[in-house]
Amino acid sequence: MSEPLLKVRGLKIGATVYPPGEKPHDIDIVHGVDFDVQKGKVLGLIGESGAGKSTIGLASMAYGRGGVKITGGEVWVNGRDIMQSGIGDIRKLRGGEVTYVSQSAAASFNPAKKIIDQVVEAAVEQKKFSRKEAEERARVLFDKLGLPDPQNIGDRFPHQVSGGQLQRCMTALALCPEPDLVVFDEPTTALDVTTQIDVLMAIKEAIRETGVAALYITHDLAVVAQVSDDIMVLRHGNMVEYGSVDQIINSPQEEYTQALVSVRSIEHEEKQPNGDPVLSVRNITARYKGTQFDVLHNVNVDLYPGQTLAVVGESGSGKSTLARVITGLLPPREGEIEFAGRTLSSDLAGRSREDLRELQMIYQMADVAMNPRQTVGTIIGRPLEFYFDMKGEEKRKRIIELLDEIELGEEFIDRYPAELSGGQKQRVCIARALAAKPKMIICDEVTSALDPLVADGILKLLLELQKIEDVAYLFITHDLATVKAISDNIAVMYQGKVQRYGGKSQVLSPPFDDYTDLLLSSVPEMRLGWLEDVIANRKMESAGN
Amino acid sequence: MPLIIKLLAQRIALGLILLLLVSGLIFAGTMILPGDVAQSILGQSATPEALENLRAELGLNDPPLQRYIQWLGGAMTGDLGTALTSGADITASIAKRLSNTLFLAFWAAIIAVPLAIFLGLLAVRFKDRWPDKAISAVTLASISIPEFLIGYVLMYLIAVKLRWFPSVAMINDSMSLGDKLSAIALPVTVLTLVVLAHMMRMTRAAILNVMQSAYIETAELKGLNGFQVIFRHAFPNAIAPIVNVVMLNLAYLVVGVVVIEVVFVYPGMGQYLVDHVSKRDVPVVQACGLIFAAVYIGLNMVADVVAILSNPRLRHPK
Amino acid sequence: MKNIPISAMIGLFFTALYFIAAIFAPLLAPYGMAEVVGDVWEPSSAEFLLGTDNIGRDLLSRMIYGGRTTIFIATAATILSFTLGSVLGFFAAVAGGWVDQMLSRFVDLVMSIPTLIFALVVLSVMPVTVPVLILVMGLLDSTRVYRLARAVAVDIEVMDYVEAARLRGEKTAWIIFREILPNALSPLVAEMGLRFIFMVLFVSTLSFLGLGIQPPEADWGGIVKENKDGIVYGIPAALAPAFAIATLAISVNLVADWVLNRTTSLKGGRG
Repeated sequence: MSEPLLKVRGLKIGATVYPPGEKPHDIDIVHGVDFDVQKGKVLGLIGESGAGKSTIGLASMAYGRGGVKITGGEVWVNGRDIMQSGIGDIRKLRGGEVTYVSQSAAASFNPAKKIIDQVVEAAVEQKKFSRKEAEERARVLFDKLGLPDPQNIGDRFPHQVSGGQLQRCMTALALCPEPDLVVFDEPTTALDVTTQIDVLMAIKEAIRETGVAALYITHDLAVVAQVSDDIMVLRHGNMVEYGSVDQIINSPQEEYTQALVSVRSIEHEEKQPNGDPVLSVRNITARYKGTQFDVLHNVNVDLYPGQTLAVVGESGSGKSTLARVITGLLPPREGEIEFAGRTLSSDLAGRSREDLRELQMIYQMADVAMNPRQTVGTIIGRPLEFYFDMKGEEKRKRIIELLDEIELGEEFIDRYPAELSGGQKQRVCIARALAAKPKMIICDEVTSALDPLVADGILKLLLELQKIEDVAYLFITHDLATVKAISDNIAVMYQGKVQRYGGKSQVLSPPFDDYTDLLLSSVPEMRLGWLEDVIANRKMESAGN
Repeated sequence: MPLIIKLLAQRIALGLILLLLVSGLIFAGTMILPGDVAQSILGQSATPEALENLRAELGLNDPPLQRYIQWLGGAMTGDLGTALTSGADITASIAKRLSNTLFLAFWAAIIAVPLAIFLGLLAVRFKDRWPDKAISAVTLASISIPEFLIGYVLMYLIAVKLRWFPSVAMINDSMSLGDKLSAIALPVTVLTLVVLAHMMRMTRAAILNVMQSAYIETAELKGLNGFQVIFRHAFPNAIAPIVNVVMLNLAYLVVGVVVIEVVFVYPGMGQYLVDHVSKRDVPVVQACGLIFAAVYIGLNMVADVVAILSNPRLRHPK
Repeated sequence: MKNIPISAMIGLFFTALYFIAAIFAPLLAPYGMAEVVGDVWEPSSAEFLLGTDNIGRDLLSRMIYGGRTTIFIATAATILSFTLGSVLGFFAAVAGGWVDQMLSRFVDLVMSIPTLIFALVVLSVMPVTVPVLILVMGLLDSTRVYRLARAVAVDIEVMDYVEAARLRGEKTAWIIFREILPNALSPLVAEMGLRFIFMVLFVSTLSFLGLGIQPPEADWGGIVKENKDGIVYGIPAALAPAFAIATLAISVNLVADWVLNRTTSLKGGRG
């Protein structure tokens, strides 16, 4: 085999942390990692947050974010150890030989400069092309990446194009200097699911056509499986498994990799409607104060006792607004909400304590859903005190019971939210909702801020608790895999309307309307060749273009 | 109408309305508060007739609104009335003193603004190293001492012990520019020191804020050197916050001038104001208060206008 | 309490020292406040540690009594400014709507006049007494506290845990005192330190301009005014308050910095 383009040996990365009230000290983020990237090949780096994957990607450009420092090992690019290079050589490397595509193009483009100036800057600065040649090249890349009006789009400012378009522009920026290696750092994570596959396809095509090598960093194994030749699985700064895409996806060796591959394979049998619905949303039309257009148009859905209704849609579909209407935070313009056989006041202030108790809510960001100055015991205990007048030993016993239900021990009672992990925080929020003994809980994107394995654990817990407590869930999410895993009924929302509604098997079976088809087909699947199949077969273009 | 013009018009209109309301507040502050002006002027021993005569002379028996409108109408046409204590025309007295004050503030700003921006950049460039720490320490010290004390410390060291510059800053029309500058060297130094610390610290914060943006990382990953990163990518985005910092500090300078003029016996607006507050000469105090407030509001308005003009989202709407 | 950094310890020590000196001034001062005990502007000696002032009073005694006045007025004005500003700020944030609009626009208006200028305008018609000084300084400064308190409360108010409390059916009082206040306390306490320093500087400036504490009462700004003529003869008596004000201000600043850092840390945690 020829000398690899990028050769990393024993890479160690550390950072200085400044914990409050303690002396600053150094910690290790990456504990010695080896890998190669051959010319024209794509290596996927996959792992959960804190695995050190972005840090490794940036190390190939000899760059450390914040206080991050490369503390040991070798990084060879084109036969040179860049750890031994001077700053002048490193500057030639960055933007010339190795370029970078970040997760948020919106933040990574300078808001004060035209797109074209930023796209050609590195190519011109590194003397790879003249300004004129670089601009010509940029337009060709805009065209290849499927951007509209490739001749003129560069004259716009970053805020004048959409998020999906800007992410493509960032890819053009990275490819413009004709680099040998591009580091893609979660390039599609911030996009809506239907936009994601178009950008993903554009990136894949661009990589293939230009023959550039790439490091593709993501937390989503299904995504990386579509674009990579090889995959390295990372966890806590260590390599877990390293092999070809085929081997990692189809015959993973390590237990952790197996868990990642089989994530979201929860089996949940659809329940049939039983008796009267616990919640009936009737003809709801709503708009925000001071705006001129409706965010919800004539929405009708039912939720049955002890079952789960998944409300699925992309950003702007109105799904979170629906939650605000049901909770009474946003009184609708028309329509009413029936709950447990009574009509709820449209305004929060008009609802009885019993109404409030029986309808609980769990939020997306568990960090900000809990008061940082209250202990877990106070957080879970407050609803017990407030709704049931529990005190002292009785309250404490019930808190411990609830902690037990969410699989946390008694010792958590005196901890503060800052001392919990992301998954533990969300569990405490679940316990707080359960403490009220509700008939129904609104779950607003409760797993989307979590790593896949942690999210999986939360979903399993929710299903388990549904059996024990006989509570109904209104589950708001953009993630169809989650929907498949836990729902009994599904409402697909699009532009403020319910596009498709019914039992899970019915909604997820053909014939589909165009939007549902697009949405369903956009969910990355853990198999090779999925991306090409989708692009070839779908009926409708995504709106994010 | 483009959004940007609408916003500018709104901001300028807001400034004018604010000025109008402030004039009302200043007027109310001196006229309607429990203190009786006539009593204050003549003292406790004044006879009732004398008080009554003075009230009539000042128009104190007219309804407040009418007096306010008269005062405001006069102020807008350049007639600020006459001083109670000397009977002098206030507009004429202020004109000379205002130009002296602006002369002082101008030279302080000319030195302080570039110096503060330069030192602010230096602090960013050497963040958490000794130049940055030294700058923070000086800042802490200088915001902990009132302006007038910095004035006396410098006066004691430079004028009295070293005898480099005069300890009082008397200027008049017959002096050459060089003589004038030598006369105001000390007050200018003090004013510079007073605003420098704030301006440095705020410039540092403004630039650091920009430097932490993701697009700065993008620029660094393009292989640009530090100079190119700062001038091509940080600077265009830092203009608005820096102008804001400068304007806020110039506004602060205007207040600092009042005290410094008293310290160095400088014939400007500040001393004029303080003298007449002690003498309870209300028309003069109102006039000076209005002018100081107008300068202050004007500078704040300029800061906002620059911020609107430099916002790419407003300059290049979708 | 074992984790107090050395800078905060120094700050706490000197702040406490100044407050103790203020409280026990009559016990600590070697001479009476207005007692003429020596010649004009005597240099420092065993008898007069800091020398004497412009009419022969012991400067150290005047500094101690002056500190008492300055610290008392600054403390009272800070308490007034703080109570008023934070109560109104929280109220505006939680009430929202027109109450918030009215209060906030009025505060904008008052803040568009420089504090010192506004104080001078008002003091030109008011009798200059200690209660009036405290009132004027406290009221003017409460606008700054209002802004901060409102901003902090608005930030907390949009947090999901406040929404969760609302959805639970909690009363406004619970939301203000149990959800918002504990999270707003530290930035407000840090700000209180800064406001206190500002008040010390403010009352000193007013006294120096002859519009604050009236002689023969002593305060730090007044001591500068009385002794400023000595400067040109090379007599540094007027600079003694500079040292006192600066050390007090720096000490309080160090404490405020520590309080503020401690706060940000609690929020950060592991997130």
